[in-house]
Amino acid sequence: MDKKKITVAVTGLNNIDSPGPGIPVIRALKESRYFEVRIIGLSYETLEPGLYMHDLVDKSYQIPMPSAGTATLYERLAYIQDKEHIDVLIPNFDAELYNFIKLSDKLKYELGIKTFLPTLEQFEERHKSVLYEFGEKNEVKVPFSKMLFNVTEINDLKNEFTYPLVVKGKYYDASIAATPEQAVNYFYKISAKWGLPIIIQEFVSGNEVNVTAIGDGKGSCIGAVPMRKLYITDKGKAWAGISLGDEQLIEITNRVIGNSKWKGGCELEFIKTKEGEYYLLEMNPRFPAWVYLSVGCGQNHPESLVKLALEESVEPFQNYQTGKMFVRYSYDQIVDIEEFEKISTQGEL
Amino acid sequence: MEINKNIAISDSGFIFNPTSGDSFSTNHIGMKVIHFLKEGQTPDHIITSITEEFDVEAQVVEKDLQDFFQMLENYQLIISHG
Repeated sequence: MDKKKITVAVTGLNNIDSPGPGIPVIRALKESRYFEVRIIGLSYETLEPGLYMHDLVDKSYQIPMPSAGTATLYERLAYIQDKEHIDVLIPNFDAELYNFIKLSDKLKYELGIKTFLPTLEQFEERHKSVLYEFGEKNEVKVPFSKMLFNVTEINDLKNEFTYPLVVKGKYYDASIAATPEQAVNYFYKISAKWGLPIIIQEFVSGNEVNVTAIGDGKGSCIGAVPMRKLYITDKGKAWAGISLGDEQLIEITNRVIGNSKWKGGCELEFIKTKEGEYYLLEMNPRFPAWVYLSVGCGQNHPESLVKLALEESVEPFQNYQTGKMFVRYSYDQIVDIEEFEKISTQGEL
Repeated sequence: MEINKNIAISDSGFIFNPTSGDSFSTNHIGMKVIHFLKEGQTPDHIITSITEEFDVEAQVVEKDLQDFFQMLENYQLIISHG
């Protein structure tokens, strides 16, 4: 079968100890049976390892930080599009998604760049700060949580929470506080990095299980693969994991994706209690860094996302292999200073 | 006593529970016991089979089997019906 030639732009090339999903997404697309993919890497930093992976990334461009706003981002993407003719763009960072969602229509109709992203409403609904309400709406248990804007509010938590409790950042980071003093420390530490609000969440004890999934935006879950972390780094990231055959988890995932009519890739993070109950801890609005495991299990989620973005018909996956593992590794690339110079001074490589 | 469905056990005694992602290793006798459970055999049948094959008293097998069942239950590999 002749593969369809397309150009896909991907962010999240930071394949570091706390990796972004960009490189796994690219690997998945390079293994597509339907597409022959040319990859345009979009980076924020000059030392994102993916910039220098020329077997995976054909050409790279720096893009402005999310704080620069949509107008600057659009201008940069228009410049890139003029040279590269991108068919589909896959953003992979939580913090950049707002801008890309806001721009999605403009990118499609003015530049011809297609995306397949959640709506702004869906994006806002599953925020950590309002996840409890999201859970009630979509019939999934979520630990009770509350937003804090001021550290003095920690004193009043004793009326609604018992210790230990979880202190979470708006986008990333979570720490378990056993005492109010620890909660204050984590409040300062996390808010200094990710800003306010800080989210306080009821601590639920059990095993963490995660699902990588993709919804078609019309109420169908196109694919879902659950995974349990087998080895966790000091940053709480999975360094190894295994696919699970958990029908209940798949059923809950189908319900969440179906009820919310989720559009795009996502990661659902659950705690399974000793009693076998599932609590949704987070819903990340993009593929996880371990999404390549879905390919290993027989469901190429990034390929499905590209098809959906191109408005091609996609049938939901019916099964996947359980007991498939991923084991990460780190690798030192040798890079000539000229390459670093090029991306640093010209913003492209 | 019922072994959880989907539990996979290899010829080398490696057990994988696809629901939890846990894996374990067991010896030759452990494998035998799990295979018996998969066939739906009763503890009495398992004790008889082991005492017939090995030079060991039934009381010893019974005690060891109870310990083994307890371990399997703790690891969520079997469901005990009472």
